[in-house]
Amino acid sequence: MSLRHRLDTVTEPIIERIIQLCGISAIVFVFGIFFFVFREGSDLLFRGFDLVEFLTSPQWYPDSVGHKRYGALALIAGTTSVTLLAMAIAVPFGLGAAIFISEFCSPKLRETFKIVIELLAAIPSVVWGFIGLTLMNELIITLFDAPIGLTVLNGGVILALMSVPVIVSIGEDSLKAVPDSYREAAEALGATRWQIIYRVLLPAAKNGLLAAVLLGIARGIGETMAVLMATGHAVKIPHSVLDSVRTLTATIAAELGEAPVHSDHYQVLFLIGVLLFTISFFINLAADLIIKGIGRK
Amino acid sequence: MSAPEKFSIETEKLNLWYDDFQALMNVSVKMKDGLITGLIGPSGCGKTTLLRCFNRVNERYGNVTTTGQIKILGKNIYDPDVSLPEMRKAVGMVFQRPNPLPISVYENIMFGLRIHSERASLKKSAADEIVEKSLTEVFLWDDLKDKLKKKATALQLEQQQKLCIARLLPLKPQVILMDEPCSSLDAESTRAIEEMMLNLAGRYTMVIVTHNMAQARRVSDECLFMLMGEVIEHSRTQSLFLTPRDSRTADYIEGRYG
Repeated sequence: MSLRHRLDTVTEPIIERIIQLCGISAIVFVFGIFFFVFREGSDLLFRGFDLVEFLTSPQWYPDSVGHKRYGALALIAGTTSVTLLAMAIAVPFGLGAAIFISEFCSPKLRETFKIVIELLAAIPSVVWGFIGLTLMNELIITLFDAPIGLTVLNGGVILALMSVPVIVSIGEDSLKAVPDSYREAAEALGATRWQIIYRVLLPAAKNGLLAAVLLGIARGIGETMAVLMATGHAVKIPHSVLDSVRTLTATIAAELGEAPVHSDHYQVLFLIGVLLFTISFFINLAADLIIKGIGRK
Repeated sequence: MSAPEKFSIETEKLNLWYDDFQALMNVSVKMKDGLITGLIGPSGCGKTTLLRCFNRVNERYGNVTTTGQIKILGKNIYDPDVSLPEMRKAVGMVFQRPNPLPISVYENIMFGLRIHSERASLKKSAADEIVEKSLTEVFLWDDLKDKLKKKATALQLEQQQKLCIARLLPLKPQVILMDEPCSSLDAESTRAIEEMMLNLAGRYTMVIVTHNMAQARRVSDECLFMLMGEVIEHSRTQSLFLTPRDSRTADYIEGRYG
């Protein structure tokens, strides 16, 4: 046996083991993070924390001297309103762009678009927040004659711009995955381009497109810095898109540094973390199941 | 005295290039109404290209230049006033690999009518009747009458290919083009498809591209032998196989090349 060969028999299993560890580590980290966040917040639950109040009361007064209240409803409403508005903008734009890039572009133009859209995804969120704080703020004040431009509208638009790349790239992938023979078959039957899209491509790619939308939503819910800067930091349930709000994520980012370690306030913030984690876990799970086509059976 | 012969497809000095490769050279042929015409020749001779010209589906690749004329049912399909959807309604196409759409059997049959008619103009009972009639024509009704809701892409290949032919029929095409329709099927299925073609013969003008010499002899009325983008010989199938006029035809059908 040559030296090379003998060396291989030793190194192969080691390399295999290392790669195995890399794979397992991802799972370990996810569970580790969940465990850590839950541990920091769980103590409060065992001490009789009112979970119903937490989820249904809009009263968020963690700093009150006499009567501290931890109702997260206004924060949940903040996250929901900003995300919904963002999706109302990003889903039609994102899916439209995906269809355009996959079905109407010349190959050269397609490459350019993909690069630009990936670039859009690479802009740091704090830069988006900066745009919201300055440019969008002034724009909203002048356009709507509003007292302040840091609102649901502002955050929603910024978040939409941030989610579009996710929706476009996953949506485009799923349209590209539709076999060309379907397009050819429909075309030979005399279908127009538009008929091919809504009668053949959209039904064939609907799982992938739905997953694209869900991942866009997950991106929206999880986003912190940009919405923190763009939505005005007011804990209240919004009545119009020109109201200021604060989201779940922004609350954690803004308050955790000032909350004394292991105080009630500190632990409530971790509970918010658990809530966020749970929401995005289920959205990702749904997206995953949809991509694999569970809904079809 | 016989009636003057009617031609469904006439081409005149048809030339076609993919970028700068010339795939068809001066093709002038006339295909008779109601007959099955077989296109034969070695790989790359242009027979599939010629077939795909007849409903202009080759234009989807974008690098195609065509000169000359193709008249289908007396109308030049390259005239600027030709509506592609209308023309393709009259000239149906069956592909080498069965390509039913990823929707139900029922909706596959109705797809053509749905894209060619107003939304509300199709009654459910009329649609049911059309589906039954179309499937019966291709000998598929007995097999599939309980599986109309089943996804068409989950059928057996032979059934898929028959379905691809059946879905043309509701549009009442005058011409049906078939590009090696049996090349992905086994012998038994091939026989079934041929039987079905003979059943449709007479009512539709059919053009079939095939690599299978025996198949051309079995199903076609006339045969057209092509080589390097040119039509070498076009005559009754029997005489083309028994007494070919051109030596290149003779060599090909005896299997000396191709």
